[in-house]
Amino acid sequence: MSDEDFQEPEVLLPLDAWHRAHGARMVPFAGYSMPIQYEGIIAEHLWTRESAGLFDVSHMGQLLVSGEGADAALEALLPGDIKGLREGRMRYSLLLSDEGGILDDLMVTRRADDFYLVVNGATKIDDIAHIHEHLPEELTLNHMDEQALLALQGPKAVDALARLVPGVEALSFMTAGAFAIAGVPAWISRSGYTGEDGFEISIPAEAAEQVATLLADQPEVKPIGLGARDSLRLEAGLPLYGHDLDPETTPISADLGFAISKRRREEGGFPGAQRILAERAAGSAFKRVGLIIEGRQPVREGAVVQPDGKITSGGFSPSLQKPIAMAYVPAVSAVPGSTIAIEQRGKIFTGTVTPMPFLPHRYHRQGSSK
Amino acid sequence: MSLYFTKDHEWISVEGTSATVGITDYAQSQLGDVVFVEVPAAGTAVEKGKEAAVVESVKAASDVYAPVSGEVIEGNAALEADPALVNTAPEGEGWFFKLTLSNPSELDGLMDADAYKTFVDGL
Repeated sequence: MSDEDFQEPEVLLPLDAWHRAHGARMVPFAGYSMPIQYEGIIAEHLWTRESAGLFDVSHMGQLLVSGEGADAALEALLPGDIKGLREGRMRYSLLLSDEGGILDDLMVTRRADDFYLVVNGATKIDDIAHIHEHLPEELTLNHMDEQALLALQGPKAVDALARLVPGVEALSFMTAGAFAIAGVPAWISRSGYTGEDGFEISIPAEAAEQVATLLADQPEVKPIGLGARDSLRLEAGLPLYGHDLDPETTPISADLGFAISKRRREEGGFPGAQRILAERAAGSAFKRVGLIIEGRQPVREGAVVQPDGKITSGGFSPSLQKPIAMAYVPAVSAVPGSTIAIEQRGKIFTGTVTPMPFLPHRYHRQGSSK
Repeated sequence: MSLYFTKDHEWISVEGTSATVGITDYAQSQLGDVVFVEVPAAGTAVEKGKEAAVVESVKAASDVYAPVSGEVIEGNAALEADPALVNTAPEGEGWFFKLTLSNPSELDGLMDADAYKTFVDGL
């Protein structure tokens, strides 16, 4: 057994003591101490798929952009249709470099007086610098570092949350609004990173313990660590920044073309538009795909696709009971059913390109029943 | 029969010149859910401190080192069908491999149960 030599990070999140009291094993992640698991990754994963899991994602960056013309200013940084985003609606988007590389992926919501952005924890400091640098002077960028962020995910999340926040069930996938939970002001969206129905709940850090306790006390809910968060998002086919996405990947190679809104495709005017639109027409050399791996042994990030390409995420799927992965493969191989050879530690594995998500998404879309 | 432990969290149970090797309860608790185990085939020569087996949890792959040198007599075939035995019975049915010791004096540097417990408590 190799020793894991984790150094204790300096920054503690608002729920640090709460996680420890709930039996979490803490590990360093994105500069913070975070819960990797409580009772075990597989049990937590399956619980989230069948009931509801509570995730602490307070390491993520919560930003506000406000001022006249904030939508136009954001469109100069992102390929999404922000001007056309209606109040209370959110959109997945990408912070792009001038070369069209992905600097981060994020969620942006139009609120009455501002835009609310949720960005990755490991990139938030760079994101803030980047946005700040490009934002017209009359606009304001706020880092809400006094806010905690919780995610409640799973088919029973709505039952648990609606008990505490009557009316929250009226939200549909990718919409958000202001609510209160036990008197605590909360900005709640119907969104998440597991492929399940669920919510993300932004609350003041000083109320985080109170709200987390209240949510975890619901019979449907158990606290879930980062380990299951990763296996859940992998099954859902959702990329993880810093692994499946980085400044060398573009929205087209990352198979995130949907994040380039129709109007923006027609008008251009986002960073790297020329390259990205050309790639969109002609195809990129490499493409992000999903793989199901033969046998039971997982391939991991860093394994080499033969003759060219790489595994960017990989693990064992608790729901499918087989190893799955994300990889960048040459465009010619990026076709469902095509088989891929992968080399890891001197051993050759076989993967089959499989459409993602690996497991159907179960979002609560507008107009759907229940 | 004598039981020894390594700082890499393997246990080795020795009877004469043959021994059984596995990972400790502490090791399995640190790994979390084990989803795959690769054990060495009979006849494999293993060397003290070198990789002898692979154990994969949901989140990571880890090497298991040979606590002593020798020749593998048998890998635990049950782990192929049920790798979770490493979690449920790490120091029993979840053993990894049996070997014939080539140099029994290598056991001298290993810990006994009390020393290992003190070692783990200090982690």
